[in-house]
Amino acid sequence: MTSADGEGSSDAPRSRTAHLAYASLLENNAEDLFENAPCGYLFTLMDGQIVKANRTLLTWLGRTHDEVVGRMRFADMLTVGGKLYHETHYAPLLRLQGEVSGIALELKAADGTRLPVLVTSTVMTDNDEHPLMVRTTVTDARDRRSYETELLRAREDAEHERARLQRLASTLQRTLVPPHLSAPRGLEVAAHYHIASRDEVSGDFYDLFPLAAHGTWGLFLGDVCGKGAPAAALTSLARYTLRAAAVYDPDPVTVLHNLNTVLNTEDYEQEPRFATVLFGLLSAEREGYRVTLASGGHPEALLLRGDGTAEFVPTPGGQLIGVLAEPHISTTTVRLAPGDTLLLYTDGLTEAHTSAGATDRYGDEALLDFANVLAPSTAEETVDALAELLDAFGEGLDDDTALMSVGVPRGGDGPRT
Amino acid sequence: MDVLHRNNVVVEGRTDGPVIMLANGFGCDQNMWRLVTPLLADEFKIVQFDHVGTGGSDKSAWREERYSSLDGYARDVLEICDALGLGPLVFVGHSVSSVFGVLAAGWEPGTFEKLVLLTPSPRYIDDHDYTGGFSAEDIDELLDSLDSNYLGWSASLAPVIMGNPERPELSEELTNSFCRVDPSIARVFARATFLSDNRADLARVTVPTRVIECAHDVIAPREVGAFVHEAIPGSELVTLDAVGHCPQLSAPEQTAEAIASFAARTDDER
Repeated sequence: MTSADGEGSSDAPRSRTAHLAYASLLENNAEDLFENAPCGYLFTLMDGQIVKANRTLLTWLGRTHDEVVGRMRFADMLTVGGKLYHETHYAPLLRLQGEVSGIALELKAADGTRLPVLVTSTVMTDNDEHPLMVRTTVTDARDRRSYETELLRAREDAEHERARLQRLASTLQRTLVPPHLSAPRGLEVAAHYHIASRDEVSGDFYDLFPLAAHGTWGLFLGDVCGKGAPAAALTSLARYTLRAAAVYDPDPVTVLHNLNTVLNTEDYEQEPRFATVLFGLLSAEREGYRVTLASGGHPEALLLRGDGTAEFVPTPGGQLIGVLAEPHISTTTVRLAPGDTLLLYTDGLTEAHTSAGATDRYGDEALLDFANVLAPSTAEETVDALAELLDAFGEGLDDDTALMSVGVPRGGDGPRT
Repeated sequence: MDVLHRNNVVVEGRTDGPVIMLANGFGCDQNMWRLVTPLLADEFKIVQFDHVGTGGSDKSAWREERYSSLDGYARDVLEICDALGLGPLVFVGHSVSSVFGVLAAGWEPGTFEKLVLLTPSPRYIDDHDYTGGFSAEDIDELLDSLDSNYLGWSASLAPVIMGNPERPELSEELTNSFCRVDPSIARVFARATFLSDNRADLARVTVPTRVIECAHDVIAPREVGAFVHEAIPGSELVTLDAVGHCPQLSAPEQTAEAIASFAARTDDER
């Protein structure tokens, strides 16, 4: 095409001129490339003395060649904090690795202004690998630094918020378990609450309280589904429902059915709300206590006998509370003689991750073995030993765990009814 | 707790030689002694370790309460000496580690045969009649520098390295690993180091002590070297013709010589 040819012919001289201009810029221009590079460039001896510095760097520093070269050390260009950092990190790394890259420092100009920079250095060696000199480039990092400052501020805000959340969570958690349990006469009681995460409220709960009939007490320990604020609200509801229901009719099966009815109420249909609970009715006997236990899908209680044996208290077939309209609730009765201790716990204990064992969970079997070694044991000794076990799980314990034990002391003044 | 694992204690050199313990200062890890140990290994048994929270130490043992004051690090030195059971040894402390030696020797002089304080400073901040070289604002500036330099540290890498204490080569491969520390731990260590005042502790040192300073050191200037020397009864002062705060890297031969000549000397030669 003629037009294209025409353009081509008129363009050719122009591109030739440009090409020549590029060539002259690139040729014989090592010096210009050094002096006017878009970064600061300097050579230092191994003791830091500056032996060569380019114009870009001198301009940033606001100093002349003669003020810098042969007179200043690398660290002299830095702020005092930067000097400290240079001595404790930069210089050692350079010696140990032969190079350091991307270190954030601040240059201090002659007029006192500061320029955030990123610095990269490599050591030049002679043929015998002896260090001779250091080559350093310095890049302007003002934009990057202001962005990082924003990130840092965001991180500080986040840390602050997290601390606030943890305070809130721990305050809320404390309201879900009683600060102190009072014990019926002739019975020892101990409890422990292990918090797995300081960030989130979990739904374990327990309580022990006197009932109207003389010498009878109610006790419960349970675990609601979920975590966080909804779990806390549900825990509160479960705890007060159980107490109120027990006052109205202390029969353990009736109490759990009442809780089931409340949790099943239409208002709560949007999200699943259920709990596992062990509810017990304690009645004083001539020698100790009788405990009627009702289970709504909760791990079986553990009985540590005064004769040194331990066994689970079977409550098979008990169903979750809050799921079905008419859940099956299983009951059993145990007698606590002097020296016996009954332990209730939530599944954080048996579900803890351990490296030993066939599965990676602690499990019922290991717990029973532990109890067999521990028994005989008072209520307090039992809870202390298990609290220690929970601590030993460390990171393996990822769920909150509640422990409560009641025991009849040996040879103490038994209940008189 | 296994103290030797906690502090990543490494013993090398001549098995039947006199024992020298090398303790590095704030910043990097025991690799700081890398150029000096080959020069000492023929004559001495050398003990090196990492401060808790740095290098190959067990980071899970780090507790802010313990390590926000220099006492915690000094207690670690005594625990390591105790766990090793090698008898009184020559403690060589660089920079802030020299203060750990001063504190530990003040509490339990029997643990140490001698102290070598390499570029020590008992206080970094100027006082009315004392030149430490820095102001409180300067230290804040250093903390800012720490915040803007992560030196290859990243939260996602940390568990891998912490979970493999038996495979230190995993961390060796990473650039800047000698100085890699969780920034929050580095901050606590830096505050403990640069805001402390241990001038009064110097007079409690009763074991033979050699102070080694550099002719040009921006962190511990010569006034500070002279102060330490005068404050420790009977101490001697050696000035190396070296630049910087880390003569074990910038002048390893001179540094090794200054340590060895003092450590090897028997009582009747003094």
